[in-house]
Amino acid sequence: MTKMLAFQTLRVVSLEILGSPCNLLANNVYSITKRCSLISLQSQILRPLSSHQHNPKVPKVPTWEPVPEEQLPQPTKIPADLVDKLERLALVDFRTKQGLECLEKAIRFADQLHVVDTSGVEPMDSVLEDSALYLRDDTVTEGDCAEELLKLAKDTVEEYFVAPPGNIPLPKREERAAILRHSEF
Amino acid sequence: MKKRCNVHYFPSAPDISVIHFSLVCVWYLSALQQLVGVVGLEIHAQISSNTKLFSGSSVQFLAPPNSLVSFFDASLPGTLPVLNKRCVEAAVMTGLALNCTINKKSVFDRKHYFYADLPAGYQITQQRRPVAVDGVLTYSFLGGRKRNQVMRKNVYIKQIQLEQDSGKSLHDDVNSQTLIDLNRAGVGLMELVMEPDMSCGEEAAAAVRELQLILQALGTCQGNMSEGQLRVDANVSVHRPGEPLGTRTEVKNINSLRYLARAIDFEIQRQTEVVQRGGAVLNETRSEVVHLPSNPERPSPSTSCRFMPEPNLPPLQVFEDEASLPAGVEAGQVVLLCTLRAGLPELPSVRRDRLVQTYGLLPEHSFTLVNEDGLMEYFEAVMKGTSRDPRKVIGWVTNELLGLLKQQDLSVSHSPVPPAALAELLELQEAGHISSSAAKQVFQEMWRSPGKAAPQIIQERDLGLVSDDADLHRICQKVVESHPDEVSVRSGNQKVLNKLMGLVQKETKGRADPVLVRKILQEKTS
Repeated sequence: MTKMLAFQTLRVVSLEILGSPCNLLANNVYSITKRCSLISLQSQILRPLSSHQHNPKVPKVPTWEPVPEEQLPQPTKIPADLVDKLERLALVDFRTKQGLECLEKAIRFADQLHVVDTSGVEPMDSVLEDSALYLRDDTVTEGDCAEELLKLAKDTVEEYFVAPPGNIPLPKREERAAILRHSEF
Repeated sequence: MKKRCNVHYFPSAPDISVIHFSLVCVWYLSALQQLVGVVGLEIHAQISSNTKLFSGSSVQFLAPPNSLVSFFDASLPGTLPVLNKRCVEAAVMTGLALNCTINKKSVFDRKHYFYADLPAGYQITQQRRPVAVDGVLTYSFLGGRKRNQVMRKNVYIKQIQLEQDSGKSLHDDVNSQTLIDLNRAGVGLMELVMEPDMSCGEEAAAAVRELQLILQALGTCQGNMSEGQLRVDANVSVHRPGEPLGTRTEVKNINSLRYLARAIDFEIQRQTEVVQRGGAVLNETRSEVVHLPSNPERPSPSTSCRFMPEPNLPPLQVFEDEASLPAGVEAGQVVLLCTLRAGLPELPSVRRDRLVQTYGLLPEHSFTLVNEDGLMEYFEAVMKGTSRDPRKVIGWVTNELLGLLKQQDLSVSHSPVPPAALAELLELQEAGHISSSAAKQVFQEMWRSPGKAAPQIIQERDLGLVSDDADLHRICQKVVESHPDEVSVRSGNQKVLNKLMGLVQKETKGRADPVLVRKILQEKTS
């Protein structure tokens, strides 16, 4: 029963979707929708819309439970020196109370991974790590677009990009706290 | 290092002298535990290829600024890296030549740091699992008291990894800005990380020279230090043998072998003095370029960088041979170890051994031949033109020719005397037309006036060997008669004979055949 209903809604949906952009294919709209609905019938995967019925694949109540505190390792305290170093490396200001809380919560969330037993399992870098790496031939195919690239920069001097003078080192921790206090944040 | 040993001898107080003597002994022993230098090298070799590591833009040394930059090199959003097969082959060949273990699967990482000539904010490198690990570089240098003994040493190579080069930045202090040229950004580099097995500048320079020769023989890198194709950073520290390693400093911006040796020795000396004074060596970077507050140095491993696996590149796989390829993979698309191994050219160490085998040369001679660019080819060309014993020819090549070249700071290819001319001269000497001292004079003349052939000079200067018996007898007689006191001292005395021979040679302007003269003089003085 629900399947028939879903099937019909899909037909309606597909007609709606295909109606507007396919003005030129007005003759073929009916055939396309027919094919679409046939395919959807075969594939058995019915994609729900928010305005329509609840998909039976999604449970109605959450089935997972947060990991109990005892199983997690000690909550990490982040010393001020580490905050300073992280700010220096990432060039991100997060030494406000909110920022530090956010960081601590994120670490706590990631601590749940410690419960999983990963002995004997190779760590994964990405889901695509089994794909073949394409090797390119050593022939020149690009380059010679200096004008185009220089147009993108705000400042240029005689075909060179202009950057501020070197790495301006971040001021010391105490000085930076003073700067931040006076800043708008 | 000077030892300050003040020994005061008190003859009148025996017990005091014993105490003092033992104190001096202790001091002496601690002074014997001298500070030794520990040198580790990090070498970046620019891969000799047509295009860059991850993009199809050209690689050239001098070109208009930003003309060899693709959208990927400029880090425009939406661009992706595509690995260059030639760079992988170059890294694997270098690994094979240095006896490394090639990792069949290696991965790429991102190394994040902020600098104006790194437009992406990260450099794609191979930190965790590089393409080759655990190799050894065997190098030799001429040591010993007379610097004619070939000493061989090993330095272990921790890893060889592929990584991207950064762009070039020109600091314009007048206008307080930096000008960036991205032509070099993205060029493939091989980073060779060596274990700290060396102890002085000379060893480091010899190791780098050997690596230069190997890379040039393989064709993977042109090894020109002054053009920045081979960049060496030295990590120097001092310690007493047996104790843990001291704090290290990094010496950068080295653009010649000679400066490398000097800079390392200077740094070892400086650190030794600091430690002996009781001070502490700071972990810092020393370089020739003075860094003003406005343009500080780029980050080094001491200022840590964040690493992350490169998400846009799957692992790089290298296969042994076609049989081990998985299904669906074409042989033309991958790097095969067996093909590369078979294609390795003659390495410098093999070449040296071959010279010793073929020509019966001493190791130090073959070392010199291979060490100087083009000298081996010169020597082999001379050998083709003469039938003289190679061991005699080598003396000419390494002493006469090389001496003059070094004096006038010329390379072998600019030698005014071509190999054929030298071969002609040596043939004349072999055939007995001129003596060896006359030959040396002729060579000097040939050097000064290039184009003049040996026979012509011999005729002009009348340096032909005098082997006419009667003439020689006459001259010898004259010499013997004019020095009766020497002759009467002791007949057959070697020193006297040599002196008389010298006089005869002076008479004949070095043209007399020494063998004949000696015989005649021996007859006359016995």
